[in-house]
Amino acid sequence: MTNPTRLHLPTPPARPGEFPDFSYVHLSPAGAVSRPQISARARDLGSLSTELVRVLDDAGVAVGPWQPHLDPKELQVGLRHMLLTRIFDERMQRTQRAGKISFYIRSLGEEAVSVAQCMALRPGDMLFPSYRNQGLYITRGIPLVELMNQLLSNTHDMCKGRQLPVMYHSKSGNIFSISGNLATQFPQAVGWAMAAAIKRDDHVAASWIGEGSSAEADFHHALLFASVYQAPVILNVVNNQWAISTFQGYAGGEQRSFAARGPGYGIAGIRVDGNDFLAVYAVTQWAAARARIGAGPTLIEHVTYRAAAHSTSDDPARYRAKDDAEHWPLGDPVLRLKQHLIALGEWSEERHAALAAELDALVAASWKEAVTHGTMTEGPRLDADLMFEDVFKEMPEHLLRQRELMRAERGAK
Amino acid sequence: MAAMNMIQALNSAMDIMLGRDPSVVLLGEDIGYFGGVFRATEGLQRKYGEHRVLDTPIAEGGIVAAAIGMGVNGLRPVAEIQFADYIYPGIDQIASELARIRYRSAGDFFAPVTIRTPCGGGIRGGQTHSQSPEAILTHISGLKVVMPSNPHDAKGLLITSIEDDDPVIFFEPKRLYNGPFDGDPNKPAVPWSAHPKGQVNEGHYTVPLGKADVVRRGAHVTVITYGTMVFVALAAAAALGVDAEIIDLRSLVPLDVDTLCTSVKKTGRCVVAHEATRFGGFGAEILALVQENCFWDLEAPIQRVTGWDTPYPHAFEWEYFPGQERVKRALSLVMEAA
Repeated sequence: MTNPTRLHLPTPPARPGEFPDFSYVHLSPAGAVSRPQISARARDLGSLSTELVRVLDDAGVAVGPWQPHLDPKELQVGLRHMLLTRIFDERMQRTQRAGKISFYIRSLGEEAVSVAQCMALRPGDMLFPSYRNQGLYITRGIPLVELMNQLLSNTHDMCKGRQLPVMYHSKSGNIFSISGNLATQFPQAVGWAMAAAIKRDDHVAASWIGEGSSAEADFHHALLFASVYQAPVILNVVNNQWAISTFQGYAGGEQRSFAARGPGYGIAGIRVDGNDFLAVYAVTQWAAARARIGAGPTLIEHVTYRAAAHSTSDDPARYRAKDDAEHWPLGDPVLRLKQHLIALGEWSEERHAALAAELDALVAASWKEAVTHGTMTEGPRLDADLMFEDVFKEMPEHLLRQRELMRAERGAK
Repeated sequence: MAAMNMIQALNSAMDIMLGRDPSVVLLGEDIGYFGGVFRATEGLQRKYGEHRVLDTPIAEGGIVAAAIGMGVNGLRPVAEIQFADYIYPGIDQIASELARIRYRSAGDFFAPVTIRTPCGGGIRGGQTHSQSPEAILTHISGLKVVMPSNPHDAKGLLITSIEDDDPVIFFEPKRLYNGPFDGDPNKPAVPWSAHPKGQVNEGHYTVPLGKADVVRRGAHVTVITYGTMVFVALAAAAALGVDAEIIDLRSLVPLDVDTLCTSVKKTGRCVVAHEATRFGGFGAEILALVQENCFWDLEAPIQRVTGWDTPYPHAFEWEYFPGQERVKRALSLVMEAA
């Protein structure tokens, strides 16, 4: 019995045992999308939110009006940051499997988003990340040891043991504290940008959420406030196709691109190849320039793929096709930038292997140092008294009393 | 009867209700094809179809609101909020809408929604996967609030909640999903299959809301508790050698005041224990009720055992958790008082 009023229930193109099918992903040829003036009004941006900005073609050659014309040295820095992010992730995943840390989230396949965007912004610009933006910390030069100390909740942990692994922050690096609840940072970034405008400085704010989290009301709060006040903010939806087990159709991606929600609110929307370092860099540079001249906010959708599990608590073999990342039509961001640099004559397999070995050694040495500050099971431990600090600026009477009780309880054990 | 852990018991309750009542629908994040991040809905979409077991966008406010709309239109929705820590975006729809639709429409409209949500710590979840926000919900008039401590009760209470025409917030202490936990993380885990409450009737049965369970009879002190703390309290009283009467509330609203007061009048001493923070916690309500009803029978001031008034810290989970030491200290205080 068919009933035309029955619900549409989005179904991903391939489940376990089926062949990966990405024909639903709308692609534009590399170099085909025009680049509007930075002062263009949101309503005059045409189809920027439904096409796909791409710079690197299949041969690794940079083409079209969005080429950022970066010096090869800059590109090599970008490649280094992406590769370091990947090697760091892989090593931390293994330490979790070995029981050394309680939880981990990789950004495999999405490294270009964090690294290229961070490089296209200024150090004073404020970043409001999600939990899959480790490339931001690496690009801003936060030492790996600091990140590892957080993962270990050890005596040098920036969060003093209060947060799950990967919920980093960096006050000096202008990277805001990660919540763990979804999408909350998106409208907060708009507020930060509004303050920058109120204070008449030229810093911009940038924030990231997954396409799955764009379902939260906070996504809509962010777009609305950004639109009303034309705040200097860059709002990024990292469309990695999967929110744990739920594919992007359940966030509304089947009917319209996520970038197209920008024009719906009267702000600029761009859809970009999130695995193309040069394209991500270029659209971010464009959006930041718009924000700095007062031309308003930009919503960027990065079309990418979550090549790994959601987290160490997840098993994607239960809900999606095996080896699907290998069939992703936009390839791998590290391999594509590497191919581009080789095509330019500025890189080689030998140099790449040497870099990977160097970064491997850096990660290993950093881990060796981090564990001297304690692990979950061995070495020095944070003082449990710290649990009661920072609930308020000054510790109130009832917490002072509870801290005494906690000390007595530990003494009694 | 079959051996079930709490997840299997909850799954069985939903399976039975989907089978018995075509108006029952499930909705939530990752609950359909995947079967839920804790696997509570495993196999149910395959069995009942995509129109009965719906995956949703990640939008707790949207999930609750949609459940209300479905409920008003004759369905009996069971919504899952993936972690109790994520319920806050749904609070406006719960507090201002779900709890009051019957009242504000003078009974013309109602929404028989059940909201299931895993709560509590002890799984290294840090400050956003460990909270026990039950007191925030019990403070809202018009909601029933339930928290089982074992598979048998979980199934019977969930069936009752789904059949109830009023909204029910159904908290699931996730540390108890796989076995009774006595508060000692260093001991080997005990599975439910080794516990009498892990033997569950495979058919339809109910456990009434508003009826507490006296899990241990005792003469000297009454321990009023629920959820994760039930087995901690049992172990602490045994370790201390106190003849405690231990009461598992099971349902916070409605509350079985008679059972509590009968016990306290008998023992003359009372300890209230929950995992949630202390200040303004549900324990304060119990304390007030016991004091109002049993003042002249009390031999000692009532003691509370709770989590500290801080967020739940990742690195200090067991310093935060109200384990056996904290319960023993409270028991000692009420027993020592003249």
